[in-house]
Amino acid sequence: MADNILLEVVTPEKSVVSEDVQIVMAPGSLGEFGVLSGHTPFLTTLKIGHLRYTDASGKERYLFISGGFAEALPNKVTVLAESAERRRSIDLDRAKAAMQRAQQRLDSKEQDVDFIRAKAALERSIHRISIAETR
Amino acid sequence: MAQLKEVQLKIAAVKKTKQITKAMNMVAASRLRSAQNNSDAFKPYAAKFAEVLGSLAEKAGEEASPLLVPRENVKRVHIVLCTSDRGLCGGFNANLINKAKKILEEKTQQGMDVSFTCFGRRGKDWARKSKQNIVDEHIGVVGGTFNFSIAGNSGRKLVDKFLDGSYDEVFVIYSEFMSMAKQVPISAQLLPIPPIEKVDQETDDNSPYLAEHICEPSAEVLLGDLLPRNVYVQVYRALLETSTSEHAARMMAMDNATKACNDMLENLTMIYNKARQAAITAELMDIVGGAEALKG
Repeated sequence: MADNILLEVVTPEKSVVSEDVQIVMAPGSLGEFGVLSGHTPFLTTLKIGHLRYTDASGKERYLFISGGFAEALPNKVTVLAESAERRRSIDLDRAKAAMQRAQQRLDSKEQDVDFIRAKAALERSIHRISIAETR
Repeated sequence: MAQLKEVQLKIAAVKKTKQITKAMNMVAASRLRSAQNNSDAFKPYAAKFAEVLGSLAEKAGEEASPLLVPRENVKRVHIVLCTSDRGLCGGFNANLINKAKKILEEKTQQGMDVSFTCFGRRGKDWARKSKQNIVDEHIGVVGGTFNFSIAGNSGRKLVDKFLDGSYDEVFVIYSEFMSMAKQVPISAQLLPIPPIEKVDQETDDNSPYLAEHICEPSAEVLLGDLLPRNVYVQVYRALLETSTSEHAARMMAMDNATKACNDMLENLTMIYNKARQAAITAELMDIVGGAEALKG
């Protein structure tokens, strides 16, 4: 089996993950990418989406990431995200409420709606819900 | 006798004040701890961010983003003023506001328009009283619990307005937490972003660090994405530092107040005892005098 790679997910508020993992799949802005141990140094921005990794014992785990960027080094992946949540810490009700709110804002005919922000909020809530509901 | 009662009342009053200052001291201490925890939690992010930003800036060059280019003709200056919501923390807010006044004066003399974003009620009250142009205000952030999104939102506004030409320069005034006894008001330029220095990369990894990354998309695009975030990070840092400083300043102020209460209590007790003794002496004199008179 290949060597493990250290995954670190940090947000401004706390360090969310810091553990040895087998593989990391992250939502890069130009497409999803996977990182194994021994990866070439690599830097990319991230989209809102799922970060998937297989931990040392072979279990698949999901994280919600709302944008940010990732740096991959041969023995370490660092993800700097503005917010990141493990699946169990996602507040499903809140995400559903946020989705409705964002949808309403997008549907409304008012002029002063900030579409970019509403769209981003919608995207975030959709990803949160889909992660929380994967089993 | 009248003086005795008066002193007694005063002692009781000072004792109560002391209880309050002592309690505030302890509250500030526990808040300080949580503020420091927040700062500590932010450090890994900030360090990594600075490192990546430094190496990208080197690669992409100075002119890569409009956020980096200083304007030739600076007309409109915006100041982000971080203060606390509450007083009773010594000269903390006064120091910050003085700093703001100094910059304000300097810029107005050069014929620039100055506008403000205020974090914290104290700064806002000052700005309103002196009839400054307040664009944005946030109360209940500094000193409490807040998350990154507040810094992100207000940072985004700053960047947008800088890009559309509403601001030519943006400064932030905050209080840097040096130690328990020392908090220094600092003014720093947010926009245009001052030249980025390269940070020494971490060397504790067992594998040699390779500075040459593959960048996706290009280094220029990445830098363009990271630079606005740098502003949010700076705003967040300013808020964290100001919060920590506020609690430290309040702790010191309340500690001093408690000490002053102790001194006062000592003095008052002395006065009380003297007055009590004087009263007893006077009473004795009366009795003795009366007895002498009866003998007569």
